[in-house]
Amino acid sequence: MAAKTLYDKLWDDHLVAQNDDGSALIYIDRQLLHEVTSPQAFEGLKLAGRKPRRIEANLATPDHNVPTTDRTKGIADPISRIQVQTLDDNCDEYGVTEFKMDDIRQGIVHVIGPEQGYTLPGITMVCGDSHTATHGAFGAMAFGVGTSEVEHVLATQCLRQKKMKNMLIKVDGKLGHGVTAKDIVLAVIGEIGTAGGNGHAMEFAGSAIEDLSMEGRMTICNMAIEAGARIGLVAVDDKTIEYVKGRPFAPKGEHWEMAVKAWRELKSDADAHFDKVVELKAEDIIPQVTWGTSPEMVKPVTGTIPNPANEANPVKKEGIERALKYMDLKADMPITQIPVDKVFIGSCTNSRIEDLREAAAVAKGRKVAASVKLAMVVPGSGLVKEQAEAEGLDKIFIEAGFEWREPGCSMCLAMNADRLEPGEHCASTSNRNFEGRQGQGGRTHLVSPGMAAAAAVYGHFTDVRELELQPITGGAH
Amino acid sequence: MEAFTQHTGLAVPLDRANVDTDAIIPKQFLKSIKRSGFGPNLFDEWRYLDHGEPGMDNSQRPINPDFVLNFPRYQGASVLLARENFGCGSSREHAPWALEDYGFKAVIAPSFADIFFNNCFKNGILPIVLDHDTVDLLFKETEANEGYKLDINLEQQTITRPNGEVITFEVEPDRKHSLLNGLDDIGITLQQEAAITEYENKRRERAPWLFS
Repeated sequence: MAAKTLYDKLWDDHLVAQNDDGSALIYIDRQLLHEVTSPQAFEGLKLAGRKPRRIEANLATPDHNVPTTDRTKGIADPISRIQVQTLDDNCDEYGVTEFKMDDIRQGIVHVIGPEQGYTLPGITMVCGDSHTATHGAFGAMAFGVGTSEVEHVLATQCLRQKKMKNMLIKVDGKLGHGVTAKDIVLAVIGEIGTAGGNGHAMEFAGSAIEDLSMEGRMTICNMAIEAGARIGLVAVDDKTIEYVKGRPFAPKGEHWEMAVKAWRELKSDADAHFDKVVELKAEDIIPQVTWGTSPEMVKPVTGTIPNPANEANPVKKEGIERALKYMDLKADMPITQIPVDKVFIGSCTNSRIEDLREAAAVAKGRKVAASVKLAMVVPGSGLVKEQAEAEGLDKIFIEAGFEWREPGCSMCLAMNADRLEPGEHCASTSNRNFEGRQGQGGRTHLVSPGMAAAAAVYGHFTDVRELELQPITGGAH
Repeated sequence: MEAFTQHTGLAVPLDRANVDTDAIIPKQFLKSIKRSGFGPNLFDEWRYLDHGEPGMDNSQRPINPDFVLNFPRYQGASVLLARENFGCGSSREHAPWALEDYGFKAVIAPSFADIFFNNCFKNGILPIVLDHDTVDLLFKETEANEGYKLDINLEQQTITRPNGEVITFEVEPDRKHSLLNGLDDIGITLQQEAAITEYENKRRERAPWLFS
């Protein structure tokens, strides 16, 4: 039998039919729903008079529009309120399990899936959200879809797909002190560009990836889409199985033993063929900071902002010039001189317990700089918030001058009230630094949680490796 | 979905790489629970000088005269010329909905982001990939000739330039068939109901924990 990649195995395992026209019908085990991309899908289903095929294969929560401040008064913005209400109504009508806004299990879809054990190794999972790639950290084939495909999955439990090519990102070695999963993935994007993974499923492997926690692996797979790949993947190992064990939706008893046996096979064969291979050395990775308006516009914190005069490609040169103008930055300026007005620690990339511990280790015993207008921490779910509070992280943040908020997508894309004002620079642990992403005219710099906390303390970017970190004691998952 | 067979339309050049879906339709407009009405807010932050919010009367807003879509010569454009990695970022189908609502029938670029590319076909928009040099040529000709129209024929897989020269393009057979006939994807899949049930029964045996 020919050697297979992990992606090949997942694809073959979910192939319902290979059609003559080159398309394939792929079975989708589970879907996550949120308020922004599902209303038109439910409406489409109704208009066509169709019924959901397996409603129990869906799990919903509102995340994009929810306020991160006091929720007892509901959502102030009437349009946001209607969108969340529409999700609640659709879930009630069709009988979809939903963690509503006042449920402690509510949170960002990509945080609650793994947290609940709803995300499992070996499954196919979709969501009307490009960061669905996150769940690939569990050796699952997970990818973002548009609303038409959300409806398609509701109606048929399948999608018509083309098989993608295989890409391997191999990171060997040991990460240095203060260097994290976020820095690995930003360095990868800087290396291959935002279109580097287009048309590919991207598997992350190598000793540095094996050494990462599940949270770290989720951070990396989450941003595969920022490198152009709809699917990010990490092979299943003991850490994966240990993380899933005992979670509410995880298999139990006899099923657990049976599942673990099947999951152990979820890795690429040693001699499997990859269409593209990129190798990085963990020791070479320095904390990363994006300076421009695309995630590929990234430099080590020790670096300087690029000079368009050194770029030969005219389209790229114009892109650099436009980004410098939008970001109000000068060529050749050191990254550490970029001032920070706001700090956002959160998002489906970096809002899990380990991310909060990493930021707290920097914040502990320090104060947010006077020049920083707002530094906020937004946990990824109600349960992450609860755990962080049990560990005393909320007190560390509040004492340092951070705001401690309710869970949701928040200022990653500013669909709720959390946003940047025009011209403000933000150190953000999110995933996109596009123009206007965090508020019209806002200027986003993507960094790790530790780097974001360090920027909050100093009022400008600072190499977190030079700081003494306070020990943060965390429990098991 | 509306079928796409042949279209002759005015081309407009959007000369930037990595145009993301946040730029195509900013997030504040994603709060709508409808599929239509996104056209006036297509490229909102580039098209207008003020900050747009849902519910505003867009005809009263100050337009940005420097943005290419606002140039008088490109009014009524229905073929968008774009650069590398068009449509990167989020999976929001609101992006092709906005393009379609504005009046675009086709987008031509050297490359597209995967999810956006897929979403276009679900909404009657034809995304066409051409090599970098050919796209560059179309940019130059569009900018040099007012009223520059392209004639796109999906059946033949051809683009005819105003001088009569023909460019051919690739499109996957199943996508072509669906678009030519304006087919409902879900309807096509439901024709394979028996295969789905058969698969589901086997999956239930192999992975019962997903069904309990």
